[in-house]
Amino acid sequence: MLLGRTANGLYWMNRYIERTENMARLIDAGLRIALTRSQDASEEWKSVLLSAGAASSFAGKHSDYTAENVADFLLRDMSNPSSAVAAMETARNNARMVRTALTRETWESINEAWMALKRMLASPIDQRELPGVLDAIKRETALIRGSFYGTMLRNEIFDFAQLGTYMERADNTARILDVKYYVLLPSVSWVGSSLDNYQWESILRSVAAHRSYRWVYEAEYKPTNIAEYLILNARMPRSLSFSYRFLAEHLKFLGEDYGARHPAQEIAERIYARLRGTEIKDIFETGLHEFLADFIRDNNRLGDQVAQDFGFY
Amino acid sequence: MVAFDEMLPAEAGLRRPYEAYDGWLKNQDPARLTEKMRDAERVFRKTGITFAVYGEQEASERLIPFDIVPRIISGNEWRRLTQGIEQRVQALNAFLDDIYHRQEILRAGRVPRELIATNEAFLPEMIGVRPPAGVYTHIIGVDIVRIAENEFYVLEDNARTPSGVSYMLENRETMLQLFPELFQRIKVHPVENYPQLLRQSLAAVKPNGVNGAPTIAVLTPGSFNSAYFEHAFLADQMGVQLVEGQDLRVVDGHVAMRTTEGYKQIDVLYRRVDDAYLDPLTFKPDSALGVPGIMDVYRAGNITIANAPGTGIADDKAIYSYMPEIIEFYTGRKPILGNIPTWRCSEANSLKYVQEHLAELVVKEVHGSGGYGMLVGPAATRKEREEFSKKLAARPSNYIAQPTLSLSTCPILTEKGLAPRHVDLRPFVLVSDRIRIVPGGLTRVALKEGSLVVNSSQGGGTKDTWVLDD
Amino acid sequence: MRLKVSHRTEYSYDEPIRYGLQRLRLWPASGPAQTMLTWALHIEGAREEVRFLDQFGNDTRLLSIDGDPHTISVVAEGEIETNDTAGVSGPHRGFAPLWLFEHQTPLTAPGTAIRDLAASVGDGGDLQRLHGLMALIQQRIAYVTGTTDSRTTAEEALVKGTGVCQDHSHVFAASARLLGFPARYVSGYLMMNDRVDQVATHAWAEAYVSDLGWVGFDAANGMSPDERYVRVAVGRDYREAMPIAGILIGHAQERLAVHITVEQ
Repeated sequence: MLLGRTANGLYWMNRYIERTENMARLIDAGLRIALTRSQDASEEWKSVLLSAGAASSFAGKHSDYTAENVADFLLRDMSNPSSAVAAMETARNNARMVRTALTRETWESINEAWMALKRMLASPIDQRELPGVLDAIKRETALIRGSFYGTMLRNEIFDFAQLGTYMERADNTARILDVKYYVLLPSVSWVGSSLDNYQWESILRSVAAHRSYRWVYEAEYKPTNIAEYLILNARMPRSLSFSYRFLAEHLKFLGEDYGARHPAQEIAERIYARLRGTEIKDIFETGLHEFLADFIRDNNRLGDQVAQDFGFY
Repeated sequence: MVAFDEMLPAEAGLRRPYEAYDGWLKNQDPARLTEKMRDAERVFRKTGITFAVYGEQEASERLIPFDIVPRIISGNEWRRLTQGIEQRVQALNAFLDDIYHRQEILRAGRVPRELIATNEAFLPEMIGVRPPAGVYTHIIGVDIVRIAENEFYVLEDNARTPSGVSYMLENRETMLQLFPELFQRIKVHPVENYPQLLRQSLAAVKPNGVNGAPTIAVLTPGSFNSAYFEHAFLADQMGVQLVEGQDLRVVDGHVAMRTTEGYKQIDVLYRRVDDAYLDPLTFKPDSALGVPGIMDVYRAGNITIANAPGTGIADDKAIYSYMPEIIEFYTGRKPILGNIPTWRCSEANSLKYVQEHLAELVVKEVHGSGGYGMLVGPAATRKEREEFSKKLAARPSNYIAQPTLSLSTCPILTEKGLAPRHVDLRPFVLVSDRIRIVPGGLTRVALKEGSLVVNSSQGGGTKDTWVLDD
Repeated sequence: MRLKVSHRTEYSYDEPIRYGLQRLRLWPASGPAQTMLTWALHIEGAREEVRFLDQFGNDTRLLSIDGDPHTISVVAEGEIETNDTAGVSGPHRGFAPLWLFEHQTPLTAPGTAIRDLAASVGDGGDLQRLHGLMALIQQRIAYVTGTTDSRTTAEEALVKGTGVCQDHSHVFAASARLLGFPARYVSGYLMMNDRVDQVATHAWAEAYVSDLGWVGFDAANGMSPDERYVRVAVGRDYREAMPIAGILIGHAQERLAVHITVEQ
């Protein structure tokens, strides 16, 4: 038996851990462009902020789209609830609330990550240190993932936590794509131009896929391949299809455990079936932006349904 | 005044309960002990991480200092103590039953009516309620001090929601890790089964209509409460749910918790939320920590609340001074464990005496706790005493006074070797169809030389407490 | 006198209710001044969770509400045989000790106005003084609806000089306690002579007089209860005897409609 509040805590714990890591990845990708193509840097930082869902709150606080400001806002600004340090603190507060549902190693890894981030991000980051800080954040979340996968029993507790991870990940990947969908459209793709090359690389980099892309496709970046890879490839761990494979699976486990088929499972399976039954050219034909906007809305709806089906509130 | 040392009293030499430990201690390399002390800190910090991380802020998350020298009580001493404690908790429950029914003790004039009538801990909403097995206070922490070989006194009864039992368990765990060989040489009664006993005890007072194993839950104010660690720890160890008010509502005539599969009935609620916050429909209307309507379900007999609401009337410091009368009234016998002589400042003669002897007395607030708002006469400056005297004159009924007792001492390990420090003892008592007392308890120790204040909020530490199986 | 009572309470909400509770004290008991012949509670749109006797012996029911019902209704109705006992409702019963009724509550806590009022009661026997007090209160507080509400204290009502039966009863209980009498608040019904439809539930106070027991004083009407009164619940003040007390979680706005008939 699991309290609805505990399930809710597990779900948001993992959503916020995933968010912490995504913030580091987004900045990492932005930083790469800023370092190599300084004239386009402020545009790139705007995209990063849009992907992070933090563009308007940033604009309310800063006027210059510099690496310093953006990294500060997305990593260490406590007034931004999605900043790495704020997200990690929310994750840790949730973990503390569900403490008795976690293995000791999982709890300690979260607590230590929180302490490490607090320490690293206590004062403004020297730009020379930024790559090191981003690496350290990713390392901390990887340690949490390791403890979690290595020690947690595969029961409802695990399922609810995983739902949080994949809901957040699907949302994050869809947002990254949607912010830059126009550079992926065939009509505006100047194949081989260096302009697009770095935009495309930036997209891949922000979901840690710039190397694995080459293992799956030929070396050259092609926008349809990139979109296909991030949306439909069920083996790519940050793709929409991959996320939904696991969302549907964990909801199926929960349904079996509880002896009931919940509306959330229906929704997840429907979305997963749509991802599996679609080819990338169909998506481009109906409109990439429209597809992504629909996806993001459906993903949110699934989150609401999960909360309702399992007594989160 | 020389305090009684429980290991090595001034005149008598090494006391028997410590002989085996002393034999072991003599053969220890002092360097190894110091190293163990550091180990203890490390082990405790690791276990203690659990204490630390549950506090509100990292900065305010303090570890309560732990001393590696055990406080040792012989089997015989313990048997005497438990007889006294059993008598006392029986009297406390009989008193509560009486106060919420016929009030015979008031009619008999043994306790003044005004003491109950004007007391905020008296809950009219409890009038006429008789919980299963007639038990009102299920979990009690009785604070005991010793001043001589055969002199034990009860300092106070904690009959509402006593805390600290998790420290008793963690202290033993730490000692087992540090000195496994000691537990092979010396037979010490185990305390580890406390959570199981607590569970059995709570299950034994399930509501009358419940067939089969009852569903038990622990109600906490939430993760920002200072005792949250203990709430989570006990729920975990008992294998029951840790719930908050927001998880609960009245469903089908019962209090039920919201689970991922719908609402599930709760039969016994071990609550760590104060009376005033328990039910916004009955008490403080703005409380978000409680469960609206739980008092209705309770009066209808569909849930057991442990401890019952309104038990505070039994552990109030003003009531404390009447405990000898209360014990005699309900058990027909003299108390086995004595009270510390207490002057009630509400009485004119007592107030006069207290004002004249402030320099010798400890004066406490009737409703205070944690050592706050008290005056330790001998340790206070003249100015402090004068200021306190004014407060006393302004609200005499708010205070009681007691002689400064020379609490017994036990050795602690300091950088310069063993040194005596004052201690008290809180054994934990479980009352249901029978009384269970775990052999041990929480020994609190004043770490500062000469200090008599053992409260952890004021520089106190803790020790493992051994009851010998002899 | 055989009285037929029907008391309908309707709550309407402007949106679905996440969760709510209503606690009803709507079940009259038989006693020296009345015998319950038939009584029933009809509840729609809410579930009865538990029933119990509260600390004053009032038969109490807890209802829960959730989901969509935009209206819930509670109808209490039945027949009561009453007799005129000159306001005497008998000896004290139950575990709640008499001394409990000597103490003021937040709603009856006296200020200077009530202290002055109590001090102005003349000498005499117990009953004489209490009747004197009742007459004073009737003079000092005009019966005007809408000037006070359920949170108005006795002191506030007396200072204001207007109020309804609840305020008269609080002022009486507060003053009687100052004069050394245990006193309590009674909620119930009154059949007004000129009408079947009554404006509201009624309330009066009782003081405990040695040798007689509890004696009722209806300061709003300047008389002791007779056979036109039906007693339903008692407490130290309105909050403890109120016919319906509720708690609502969520943002729904509540609208209340009450319809009471008392007839022979």
